[in-house]
Amino acid sequence: MTLTPTELTSAVPGGIGTSPQRPDGNLKVRGEFAYASDLWHEDMIWGATLRSPHPYARITSVDITEALKVPGVHAVLTHSDVPGRNLYGLEHKDQPVLAVDVVRYQGEPVALVGADHPETALRAMKKIVVTYDVLEPVVDMETAVDDTPLHPGGNLVRHVPIRRGSQDVTAEVVVSGRYEVGMQDQAFLGPESGLAVPATDGSIDLYIATQWLHVDRDQVAAALGLPLEQVRLTLSGVGGAFGGREDLSMQVHACLLALHTGKPVKMVYNREESFYGHVHRHPAVLYYEHGADRTGKLVYVRSKMYLDGGAYASSTPAVVANAATLGVGPYEVDNVTVDAYGVYTNNPPCGAMRGFGAVQAGFAYESQMDKLAEALGMSPVDVRIRNAMSEGSTMPTGQVVDSAAPVAQLLKLVQDKPLPAGTSTDIRELPGGVSNTTHGEGVVRGVGYAVGIKNICFSEGYDDYSTARVRVSMVNGELAAAVHTAACEVGQGLVTIMQQIVRTELGIERVTVLPMDTTIGNGGSTSASRQTYVTGGAVKAACALVKARLDGRADIGDEVIDETTEWRHRATEAIDPETGQGNAHVQYGFAAHRAVVDVDVDLGLVRVVALDCAQDVGKALNPQAVVGQIQGGSAQGLGLAVMEEIQTSGGKVRNPSFTDYLIPTVLDMPPMSIDVLELADPHAPYGIRGVGEPPTISSTPAIVAAIRAATGLALTRVPVRPEHLTGT
Amino acid sequence: MRVNVTVNGEQRQADDVWEGESLLFVLRERLGLPGSKNACEQGECGSCTVYLDDVPVCACLVAAGQAQDREVRTVEGLAEGDRLDPVQEAFVEAGAVQCGFCTPGLVVQAHDLLDRVPNPSDPEIREALAGNLCRCTGYEKVLDAVRLAASRR
Repeated sequence: MTLTPTELTSAVPGGIGTSPQRPDGNLKVRGEFAYASDLWHEDMIWGATLRSPHPYARITSVDITEALKVPGVHAVLTHSDVPGRNLYGLEHKDQPVLAVDVVRYQGEPVALVGADHPETALRAMKKIVVTYDVLEPVVDMETAVDDTPLHPGGNLVRHVPIRRGSQDVTAEVVVSGRYEVGMQDQAFLGPESGLAVPATDGSIDLYIATQWLHVDRDQVAAALGLPLEQVRLTLSGVGGAFGGREDLSMQVHACLLALHTGKPVKMVYNREESFYGHVHRHPAVLYYEHGADRTGKLVYVRSKMYLDGGAYASSTPAVVANAATLGVGPYEVDNVTVDAYGVYTNNPPCGAMRGFGAVQAGFAYESQMDKLAEALGMSPVDVRIRNAMSEGSTMPTGQVVDSAAPVAQLLKLVQDKPLPAGTSTDIRELPGGVSNTTHGEGVVRGVGYAVGIKNICFSEGYDDYSTARVRVSMVNGELAAAVHTAACEVGQGLVTIMQQIVRTELGIERVTVLPMDTTIGNGGSTSASRQTYVTGGAVKAACALVKARLDGRADIGDEVIDETTEWRHRATEAIDPETGQGNAHVQYGFAAHRAVVDVDVDLGLVRVVALDCAQDVGKALNPQAVVGQIQGGSAQGLGLAVMEEIQTSGGKVRNPSFTDYLIPTVLDMPPMSIDVLELADPHAPYGIRGVGEPPTISSTPAIVAAIRAATGLALTRVPVRPEHLTGT
Repeated sequence: MRVNVTVNGEQRQADDVWEGESLLFVLRERLGLPGSKNACEQGECGSCTVYLDDVPVCACLVAAGQAQDREVRTVEGLAEGDRLDPVQEAFVEAGAVQCGFCTPGLVVQAHDLLDRVPNPSDPEIREALAGNLCRCTGYEKVLDAVRLAASRR
C-alpha cells in the first residue's frame, strides 16, 4: 500500500492549557495526510452500490446476469451473498446490509459491483435489472404511528415521557406554539470511503473513516459471519464527521466485495451518494406550552414532540431521550409534562448529528422564551435569567445538576459585548452581497439571544469507557512516549490533546500518537462531546500507571514501560419509562449566543452581522482548539437557521448536492467573538466539560430571534427561507 | 488515452486514461498525488483547487485531456522540501486546520490571493475564499491564517 495511516510524533513543549500545533497539521497542509479516499493498494478494484430509486417498494426480482458480463467486472453481489447477519444497527438491528424483498427509503442499498474502474462499476450497475412493486410511502411523522407499519413492531421507535410536579397546574401568562425543524445534513467534506484488504486466511483488514472502530467492527463481523478477531479495523484520515459516521455506510459492502473477489476493494462515495449514504439530523415537529407568573417565573412547561427517524432506527432512541430530558432547556421548572416520540417513516434515515436531539428542542423552547418575554413585556435576556438554572438546580428528570451551570453569567457575557457598527454601506457587507441587490434600502437590523443545554458523554446507564495504552522507552538518550487508543480522531484534535496529557502527566516532550485501530480495546464513540473527557481520562490513568513504574527516573536504559488501562466516567441510570425520572446524564454543557442580523425584507435575504458566544468548558485543555470547536459549532447552527435543509417530497430527496444543499461559506459567516469560562467540574478529568455540541444548540435560535426582532414575523420553522420573510 | 502533463515541475505521463476522467482523478489515482481533495467533484467546494498554468481551477471540472502539455501545480508542490510555504505554516499555527479536508484547496486559493494581493483586506480575503467550503472551523481561523501569512510574506 502506498498510503496508510502513520504514526504522528511531535517533540515540543505543550502540556494541558496550552495550544501546541496539532501533530497531523503539517501533513494536512502539505496534502500528505492519508484520508480514507486517498488509500490505494496494488491490484485493488473499485466497489459501487446500486440503490433504490423508491422510498418504499417491494422488490419482486433482481437480475444480475447482464451486469456480470461487462468486461472488467469482478463481482456483482446481492443480499444472498451476505454470509452472516444481513441486519445491522446501532440500537436496533433493523437495517439490511443489502435489501431483501423490500426497500424502505430512497437510496437503500440493493446490490454491489466490484470492477477494475469506477466507470466500469457504474456501467455494470445500470445493467442490473431490479423490478419494484412501488408502494405508498409513509412520510408524515405526526401520523406515522397510525399509518402502514414499516417494521414488525410498528412505527413507534420510542416514546419518552417526562412527568414532574403537577400535571394540571395553571398560570397567569400562557404562550404556546408549534415549531418545525428541517432535516439538516452533517455535510462533512470527506466522503464515505474505505479500503478493504482480504488476507489469505479468510480474515480482513478495513481502513476506514469512522467515529467508532469497535462498534463498526462488531457489526461488520456479524454481517460477514466472521469471529471478531478476523476483522481488523484501522482508522484512516477522517474528513469530518459531526455524527454522520456513527452508522455504517460502505464498511460491510467493501469487505463483502473483497472477500468475494480476493482483491483489495476501494469504495468512495461521491457527494450525491454521500447524501443517501449516511443518516441526517432528525426533522422535528414540536408543540410547546409555557405558563409563567407575572414576574416571568415559569410555572410549567408542556410539550409534545415528534422526531422523524426515517426508515431505520439508527440512534433514534437516544435522540428522543435527549430531546425529552433536555426539553425545557437550561431553566428551572417545577411542573413539566413532555412526550417525545421517535417514529419510523419512509423518509431518509436519521440519527446522530452534533447536538443530538437537543438542537431540535432548543429551537422550540428558546422560541417560546422569546414569546413569553414579549407576552410579559420583559427583555428576552431578563426572562431567561429569571428562570436560569444554576448549580444545585433540579432537571425535569429529577437529576440535580452537581457542577457549574452558569446560565445567567453566559447570557450576561454575550449581552455585554460591544455591538457591531450600524448597517454597512459596503455592498459586500449587506444582505445579497455582491449580487448588488440593495444599497441599504429595505434593510432592517435585529438582535437575538439564546442559551442551550447539552448532556456530555453517553447517558441512561450505558457503560461508557475508553481504553488507553501508554508506552515509554528511551529514544536518542531521552524518554519518549507513545500513546495508543481506538478513539477516533475526526478533526477535533484528540491527537493533540492526548499528547498534551502525556506531557503534563509524565513531563516527556516527545510523544508519538500511534494509529488508532482495533488491536487495542474499545475507545468508545467520538460523539456526545465525550472523547477529551473519556479517552482523555483513560490516557491520564494510563500515564499514572507508567509514572509509578518510572519512579522519577530520567533514564530507563533498555527497559520499556508499557501500560494499558480502561477508564470510565461515573455511572448514570436508566430513566423511568413512565415518568422519565432518573439520573440519566453524566454532565451538562451550556453555551449562549447573541446574534445580530441585517434582513432585506423586500427579498427575504439575511446577513448575519455578528454571532458572539460564551461557553463554559470547565478547563480549556487546548484553548485554540476549544475556540475552533465553538466557532465551527456556531457555523453549523447558522446553517440550520438560514440555509441548510435536505428537502424531501414524497420521501424523495430533492437536493442531494452542494449546489442545492447550501452550507455556510466564508461570505455567510460573521466575525465571532468567543468568551470561554473555565469553571471546573470536580467529577471530570482536569475539570473539563465537553465542548463540541453546546454551541450548535444556541446558535440557531439566537439567529432566528434576531430575524424576528428585525422583521416582527413569528418564524416558527428552521431553516428560515426567503419566502418566510417576504410572504411570497 | 495517454496524458502528458507537467506536475509540480516534473514531466508526468498517465496511460490508459478513460476520456471521461477528470484531472483530479488522474492526479489522485494515477499519479500518486491525492493531496487535492474529492469533497464534491462538482465544482462547488474548492477542495480540489490546483494551479493550471498559474490559474487556480477546480481539478474536478477539468477533463484530464485538457491538461495535456500544460503545467499543473498542486498542494504537494507548494513546500520546498521540509520548508512549508508561509501559507501552509500559517494554517497550522492559526488553528485553521481541523479535519483538514478543505485545507489543500484553501491553501492553494490563499496562496494565489497573496501572490496577487500581498496585503488583502478582510472583504478581499472573503471574496477570494468564497468558493472553498469548510465545515469544521466557521472560517474565523482560516481568516486568521491568511492574515498571518500576509504579514510574513
